Amino acid sequence: MCLGIPGKVTETYREHDMLMGKVDFGGVFKRVCLEHVPESKIGDYVIVHVGFALSRIDEGEARQIFNFLEGMNELGELQLGGPDEVPR
Amino acid sequence: MSKVIDFDQLSCPVPLSNYEHVLLGHGSGGRLTADLIQRLFLPAFGNEILSALEDQATVSLSGMNGLRAPRLAFTTDSFVVRPIFFPGGDIGKLAVHGTVNDLAVGGAKPLFLSAAFILEEGLAMVDLRRIVSSMREACALAEISLVTGDTKVVDRGKGDQIFIATSGIGIVPDGRALSIRAARPGDRILVSGTIGDHGIAIMSVREGIEFETVLESDSAPLTDLTRVMLEACPGIRCMRDPTRGGLSSALNELAVASGVGVELHEASIPLRPEVRGACEMLGLDPLYVANEGKLIAVAPPADADRLLEVMRSHPLGRNAAIIGEVVEDHLGMVTMHSVVGGERVVTMLAGEQLPRIC
Amino acid sequence: MKYLDEYRDPAAANKLRQALKTATTRPWTIMEVCGGQTHTIVKYGIDELLPPGIELVHGPGCPVCVTPLELIDKAIAIASQPEVIFCSFGDMLRVPGSRRDLFGVKAAGGDIRIVYSPLDCLRIAEQNPARTVVFFAVGFETTAPANAMAVWQAKRRGFKNFAVLVSHVLVPPAMTAILASPTNRVQGFLGAGHVCSVMGYEEYEPLADRFGIPIVITGFEPLDLLEGVYRCVRMLEEGRRGVENQYARAVQRQGNAAALRLIRDVFEVTDRKWRGIGTIPQSGFRLSSAYAEFDAERRFAVEGVQVAESSVCISGQILQGLKKPHDCPVFGKSCTPENPLGATMVSSEGACAAYYNYGRFRHPAPAATGKLEKVNV
Repeated sequence: MCLGIPGKVTETYREHDMLMGKVDFGGVFKRVCLEHVPESKIGDYVIVHVGFALSRIDEGEARQIFNFLEGMNELGELQLGGPDEVPR
Repeated sequence: MSKVIDFDQLSCPVPLSNYEHVLLGHGSGGRLTADLIQRLFLPAFGNEILSALEDQATVSLSGMNGLRAPRLAFTTDSFVVRPIFFPGGDIGKLAVHGTVNDLAVGGAKPLFLSAAFILEEGLAMVDLRRIVSSMREACALAEISLVTGDTKVVDRGKGDQIFIATSGIGIVPDGRALSIRAARPGDRILVSGTIGDHGIAIMSVREGIEFETVLESDSAPLTDLTRVMLEACPGIRCMRDPTRGGLSSALNELAVASGVGVELHEASIPLRPEVRGACEMLGLDPLYVANEGKLIAVAPPADADRLLEVMRSHPLGRNAAIIGEVVEDHLGMVTMHSVVGGERVVTMLAGEQLPRIC
Repeated sequence: MKYLDEYRDPAAANKLRQALKTATTRPWTIMEVCGGQTHTIVKYGIDELLPPGIELVHGPGCPVCVTPLELIDKAIAIASQPEVIFCSFGDMLRVPGSRRDLFGVKAAGGDIRIVYSPLDCLRIAEQNPARTVVFFAVGFETTAPANAMAVWQAKRRGFKNFAVLVSHVLVPPAMTAILASPTNRVQGFLGAGHVCSVMGYEEYEPLADRFGIPIVITGFEPLDLLEGVYRCVRMLEEGRRGVENQYARAVQRQGNAAALRLIRDVFEVTDRKWRGIGTIPQSGFRLSSAYAEFDAERRFAVEGVQVAESSVCISGQILQGLKKPHDCPVFGKSCTPENPLGATMVSSEGACAAYYNYGRFRHPAPAATGKLEKVNV
């Protein structure tokens, strides 16, 4: 389940006392409820599901997989350090 | 957690095999439409020309009363698009170009058009005037004459504003025999430009899922493009205009009719970013979205590159691309190689493609 | 499109494939819970890209598939009433009830409308004060904040002509039920990324611990799935249990605080029946008592229809990952997307439809070296 697509916040405004945004998906714009990601700013990317932003994309985390793959490049083989574990 | 769940209960509804009413899906150009044609219309009218199920019927009047006459292409179409005015056009423009293109992709020169209007009582005259004016412009652009027509009015509430039904006649030069049965393994599949533009433009103003975009319908007459294509490459096997049901329906029908397989390459399919964005947002597959003003062509391998060049130098073919080939495998099926390397089958849509949440 | 295209890069996908191949020394069975992930796997042919021995099984992560028959029948009954405008996400319209689906109701004259967002329903309610707008609030936890907001807004703005038919289901109880089953084959999970962007993943830690398995919270693009499988395999190979977060760009351990506050106000946890599985305790949401006036089941007092179970459809076993669609005797024959026998074929997220539409019935995936256990039905 859960079709959630990243889009860029281009405008914010309030409607019926909810924080709303105009979000850009590659050139099509949709009005999206930002109430659950109230810290969103213009220029941020959010994941949108059924017209609601669920989370803001963390740019640093988004790069992790590519850093990992580059690490593979440099070593020319598999990087053996385990990925971060959740502290328990 | 107390008790272990017993998983051995099966749950399944009574199967739905017969619909008692016509569904919207029967008009979507996918498998339900195909079933309706096969089970209801063909048995009723059964003749060779109809059963070929080409986009147009090529008929010959030669030999009647000692006549020598050119072959005629004869087609019919009907237009029920909602809303009737949409970004890039209206139902009237669509009606003219759509009919013209059904003829043009058969290699015919479109000459004459008929139009029957079914109007709902209460339709604003200013709207009707606008549609008719748009049709006049479209006829001029397509160099076709509207030579006969009809008008009916139905009670308010019995006919959603306006429906238009058309017929078109064109001439097919001697020796030309394009057909959906003519594809051969090794042939290349070309598309004349970006896909999904029309369907997404319509969807952008559809109630419940509307969104803002600069995207417009790509409705346009393809007569001139097909003319230059056939001049440069008389060996073209087949051309189709992928309207309802999108690229997928057109190619699936081709694969079945020709008894071949088709393989596409996702990375080669031209797509506008806005169409892509809308499809991602709504969970739609662009292969199933309707097109206007676009065609697919099947060409012998030796001709493909030259044909591509010719298409690209035409205003309506700027974004033309070779998107796949005809193969001997998986006969009657269309597959696609995804951008990351795996392969999937592109099946015929069952009914309407719906936006999804999953 | 940013944050999509990079995650579909073929060169990167290839590197992950290689990494996975090197890391895999034994066969493993991994379940992806979420229908959206199934969709991507089959659409991009990802299972073809995995090393032999890695078997992906598709879990019950499709809220459309698992909505119980009785609720579909209730939806149909409500939608058939003349004063009702019945609003739904597109996915639900072709799910078969006992006798017909919502498309059939539309064909017979019902006012059925597809909406993109639950808030669209409020607009329709505003424009149609003489009619009652009923919204089919289906989904996992991902859709709960949106559905909750519609109800919360309705109460705040004093709507009298709006109701919701709730069919929310929760992922952790379903995973628990699968893991606790004596016929369970699953050794590791790809957790549902968007569910966790709402709920966080704290609640999966005790699960991983109790059953000694890895759970990797995974996204939805090809690279996400390949990386998710890779990290899961690494944990399995190294005998590690616990929860890892592959989808860290969108998921935090504590989830979305604002969304959680709203969900906890509007909904409360309840037992739910899952189509193809049965009742799982504490596995769904219903409206909390403060919002009871918006409960369509109460407002319309519809009685569910008890239906005789069919024995042909094996949706149940597919939803639990015990069988693959091509194991079913009627797959692709009497059961197809145009003529679905079960929910897994109807929903485009259902494993059967995904397989059919992407053609696995012609190209069955090579069998994993671990054999399928025979299940007594």
